[in-house]
Amino acid sequence: MDVNDIIRPENMVYAKTPILTDTVMHYCPGCPHGTVHKVIAEVIEEMGIQDKTIGISPVGCAVLAYNYIDIDWEQAAHGRAPALATATKRLNPDKYVFTYQGDGDLASIGTAEVMHACNRGENIVVIFINNAIYGMTGGQMAPTTLLGQKTATTPYGRDAKLNGYPLKITELIAQLEGTCYVTRQSAHNPAAVRKLKKAVRKAFENSMMDKGTSFVEVVSTCNSGWKLSPVQANKWMEENMFPFYQLGDLKDR
Amino acid sequence: MAEKILMKGNEAIAHGAIRCGADGYFGYPITPQSEVMETLMEEKPWETTGMVVLQAESETSSINMVYGGATTGKKVMTSSSSLGISLMAEGLSYLAGAELPCVVVNVMRGGPGLGTIQPGQADYFQAVKGGGHGDYKMIVLAPASAQDMYDFVGLGFDLAFKYRIPAMILSDGVIGQMMEKVELGEMKPRRTAEEIREQCPWALTGKTSDRNRNIITSLALDPNVQERTNIRLQEKYKAIQENEVRYTTYMVEDAEYLFVAYGSMSRICEAAVDQAREAGYKVGLLRPVTLFPYPEKQICDLVPQLKGILTVEMSAGQMVEDVRLAVNGKVPVEFFGRNGGIVPSPDEVYEAFVKLFNK
Repeated sequence: MDVNDIIRPENMVYAKTPILTDTVMHYCPGCPHGTVHKVIAEVIEEMGIQDKTIGISPVGCAVLAYNYIDIDWEQAAHGRAPALATATKRLNPDKYVFTYQGDGDLASIGTAEVMHACNRGENIVVIFINNAIYGMTGGQMAPTTLLGQKTATTPYGRDAKLNGYPLKITELIAQLEGTCYVTRQSAHNPAAVRKLKKAVRKAFENSMMDKGTSFVEVVSTCNSGWKLSPVQANKWMEENMFPFYQLGDLKDR
Repeated sequence: MAEKILMKGNEAIAHGAIRCGADGYFGYPITPQSEVMETLMEEKPWETTGMVVLQAESETSSINMVYGGATTGKKVMTSSSSLGISLMAEGLSYLAGAELPCVVVNVMRGGPGLGTIQPGQADYFQAVKGGGHGDYKMIVLAPASAQDMYDFVGLGFDLAFKYRIPAMILSDGVIGQMMEKVELGEMKPRRTAEEIREQCPWALTGKTSDRNRNIITSLALDPNVQERTNIRLQEKYKAIQENEVRYTTYMVEDAEYLFVAYGSMSRICEAAVDQAREAGYKVGLLRPVTLFPYPEKQICDLVPQLKGILTVEMSAGQMVEDVRLAVNGKVPVEFFGRNGGIVPSPDEVYEAFVKLFNK
């Protein structure tokens, strides 16, 4: 049997969605950004909304998300993506508008923008990647860094007296009347990815139903920043992140 | 007969926005320009033209909403005053870097810091020389009447879209608050989605199979790419300098002395010119309407007939630097200004002229 006898349409069990470009990703090996990008791209393909979707990339590792998902994109100033999304959606209500933001971008410098966009109930989707660290700038403390966690700016571990407490911003967001769907997911194994995809699809669908803001947190690793191997990082996340940032829906209405 | 209505300069901005076919306004309250958003909210243009009006949580947010709206090829604007504009500096640099058209109104008050709510012109440097980071410029229009406030919204959008550049209307508390008759122009419809797709091929209108995806970004990790962006921006600014200078003059034909003033100070200087003429001095006035591009050639062309120039501003002396650059030492350039919210009277300007030129 020749290899060409195997490569046939009827034998195909998986294909890369064409919404994901062929550009080689700049993300570190082991980083979940690529997986989350793929999930979003697949949802866009399955919903048939490539020509109706506008993405907003943040400042941080995902700033270059526009190189990987084949839709129209705008790149936001640090933390301001929800403000951009607000106007983009209000002026173009026929478009699916989503922001893609990290923890420094969303939960530190952009706290005001995300809280107010969610509180106004903007019909947008917020994808929030929480890896408890500033990845792009070299592994500094993030608002979501756990107590005791070592980073470039907490070399002896995060100390509540010195650095304050990790911020559960998703719990705050769930309290806001303007949000309709707030969930916390992960992307570290196939089962988690399947759940995440369902959550992202629901969030996108919500944004055309005038229900308010959908907010999807993805608890993630940053093995480079955490200075662990990808496998060790997943284990550390399961043992340390998940007990504090518990997975599941916080709100669904 | 066109409709003429008595209104504040700030109200004229709001009517100008609705009637020129603006798609969105995003703002945050601040004195002395809050009437802009108040008027828009009263007029409810979302029920007539479909224009979106939204009160943001901060000036930082409103300028970023402008950015988000501008990426989709919509005519979007904001307004604020001095310290609010300082908060927008990052966003303005992004808008310039990403080459997005928009209109930003600054109804200046006296600074620095929280300053005063009374009028000022001390944001000239901020508007004309940068304000935010990086080598960028905005088109800066200086209205001197409520009518200008109305007209410059439409003009600002036209220029902003022609060059893909932010346009600032640099007004002040006098122009914003005073009431004058304003002739309302014809209602211009908002552009349709098809028109935007046709006129703004760069805009985020949704990636269709007939084109590549559009990306609005000001990021270039490769310095060679970033330098090319800068070279292109500088070429654009040069074209604007060559083609878009606007100014007015008053009694300059036989003038031996020239007042240079913009905005509300040009109105006051006009009265001071009359006073000087009555006393027998041949004084004229040049009022830059565009502060970038600056009418440097037009000022320079008057030099052979001049014995001196007096620049008058509600600042400690900002635009005077551009007047000095324009004449390059060929004629004495003096400065008179009040600041901190004090508006000089025509008498004061006249007396300063007499004193500074030893009359």
